[in-house]
Amino acid sequence: MIELKNVCRTFTVGDQQVAALRDIDLRIDAAEYISIMGPSGSGKSTMLNMLGLLDRPTSGTYLLDGGNVTELNDEQQARVRREKIGFVFQSFHLVPRLTAAQNVELPMILAGIPAEERKSRVRVLMQNYGLSDRADHKPDQLSGGQRQRVAIARATVMNPTVLLADEPTGNLDRNTGWEVLKLLEGLLEQGITLVVVTHDAEIGARAHRQIHMLDGRILSDERQVK
Amino acid sequence: MKLADTIQFASGSLRGSPTRTLLMMLAMSIGVAAVVVLTALGEGARRYVVDQFSSLGTNLVIVLPGRTETAGVGPGLMSGQTPRDITLDDAQAFLRSRAIKRIAPLTVGSATISRGALNREVVVAGSSADMLGIRHMSMGVGRFLPAGDLHDSASVCVLGNAIRRELFGNESAVGQSVRIGDRRFRVIGVLASQGESMGMRTDDLVIIPVATAHQLFNTTSLFRVLIEAKNRDYIEQAKRDAEEIMVQRHSGERDVTVITQDAILQTFDRILTALTMAVGGIAAISLAVAGVLIMNVMLIAVAQRIKEIGLLKALGAPGKQIRHLFFAEAVLLSGIGSVAGLALGYAGSFIIGQVYPMLPVSPPWWAVLAATITALGTGVLFSVWPARRAARLDPVAALAGK
Repeated sequence: MIELKNVCRTFTVGDQQVAALRDIDLRIDAAEYISIMGPSGSGKSTMLNMLGLLDRPTSGTYLLDGGNVTELNDEQQARVRREKIGFVFQSFHLVPRLTAAQNVELPMILAGIPAEERKSRVRVLMQNYGLSDRADHKPDQLSGGQRQRVAIARATVMNPTVLLADEPTGNLDRNTGWEVLKLLEGLLEQGITLVVVTHDAEIGARAHRQIHMLDGRILSDERQVK
Repeated sequence: MKLADTIQFASGSLRGSPTRTLLMMLAMSIGVAAVVVLTALGEGARRYVVDQFSSLGTNLVIVLPGRTETAGVGPGLMSGQTPRDITLDDAQAFLRSRAIKRIAPLTVGSATISRGALNREVVVAGSSADMLGIRHMSMGVGRFLPAGDLHDSASVCVLGNAIRRELFGNESAVGQSVRIGDRRFRVIGVLASQGESMGMRTDDLVIIPVATAHQLFNTTSLFRVLIEAKNRDYIEQAKRDAEEIMVQRHSGERDVTVITQDAILQTFDRILTALTMAVGGIAAISLAVAGVLIMNVMLIAVAQRIKEIGLLKALGAPGKQIRHLFFAEAVLLSGIGSVAGLALGYAGSFIIGQVYPMLPVSPPWWAVLAATITALGTGVLFSVWPARRAARLDPVAALAGK
């Protein structure tokens, strides 16, 4: 479903070329549960941004569902992000002036979905994530775990095929972190592809497929047989 | 993204920072209000002058003796003659023209008016019955000068309201007699109080038949002949005819000056319109300043909301949509700002109108339209750059707040 071929990404820092990704070849099938681990600066976040079309490869190709998405223009890429990809961030990235429900509604507004349908989908989702009584609260009135649940609701409201999570438990205490992780893993039953970037080995070990990165290369790619 | 949602989202972000929004709207509305108030003042001045002129009479052509030459030596001096007078017969001859509706000869002098022990110096105007209509005067009580032969020298007079008050107090003046110079006159009417118009107070005027005035001042010449053309389209023809008739009667010499009120009026009109536009233009500069302010604050907003922009991109908003959102914010800001400015401007004009009741202050429609369009235009124009900048942000860097 996802295929990276010879993908390189180099950044120019001052007058130096820094390679964040070097010749990455990667194939991810539908409904996989993958963790990407590695020390900071190993390129795992760049990898996630690349998979989420937030970043373009300097060279190489990215095939998503068979189509070459590196050749798409800004508007087409935005459409792919909107319809196929959900993001969950370490720092939640909720819009502070919008309520929890409005934050969840946001991707549907951008997609131009009619208001009635938006409202009913938000209501269902808020209920599923146990946030019904928090729907009208602003993010700063929510706990960290609640915020991340709102963020997950937002990431899944468009029914994406891939969910990309960048250190989703990084800003949460241990117990809340586990709860959030369980929530994410629950999405696997719906056939979603889950990619989690983490530096926490314990969390990474839960994935069915573990990728270790170092210096912009894939160091190891192991599959657990359950 | 739907238009309604775009507007709602944009107004949401405006409400998100109320101080900034209010300040920007204030700047915009002051600009618009300045244009409205200043042009209203200019337009008020113009209408004031136009009203003053038309209170003197409409479609007016004035004949005065002597010729004003702009260059060289006048024909009178060349032939060693002084310009000939305009007589009552000349005035009556004007009525031969089809373009001329009616005329009023005018002789002016000063004399002492007295009643019993009371006396004062007044301006005495000798004229005819049509003077009332041509000069747009109205009667308070009694009648104006009787119509009939211009050569009739009846001893009747019409008093200005101030003169009546001074001579008669609260008594009725009509039917009483007064002495003007060395003659007794019967008062047949009193003019309605009109206030000042073009520096001439009809309140302080005494009007008597023109032939009587000629006898009183021992003259046969007229100071002016007021001519009313049939309508606006006949003004030029009336002017030409009046000149032609005078040339014929003065054996081929052009020794009178004919001026049209329209020409004077148009000159004033042009000057004051130009002035209004200039003042409006200067006020419009403040709109441009407000526009620069909007741009500045928008740029700050882009920087402040950089994470939000990154997020919107991650959620699937293309650059175009981000641009539209910032664009919508600018349009909302300048739109609401200009509506507030219009309200402020109209309120200001109303207050000025209350303070100076004689000035017909009202903002001209073109200035209101121009101010609104300029406000919206600058708002939109100056938001293009910030909106583009937001649209082009790299989502990864934006999410990281860089």
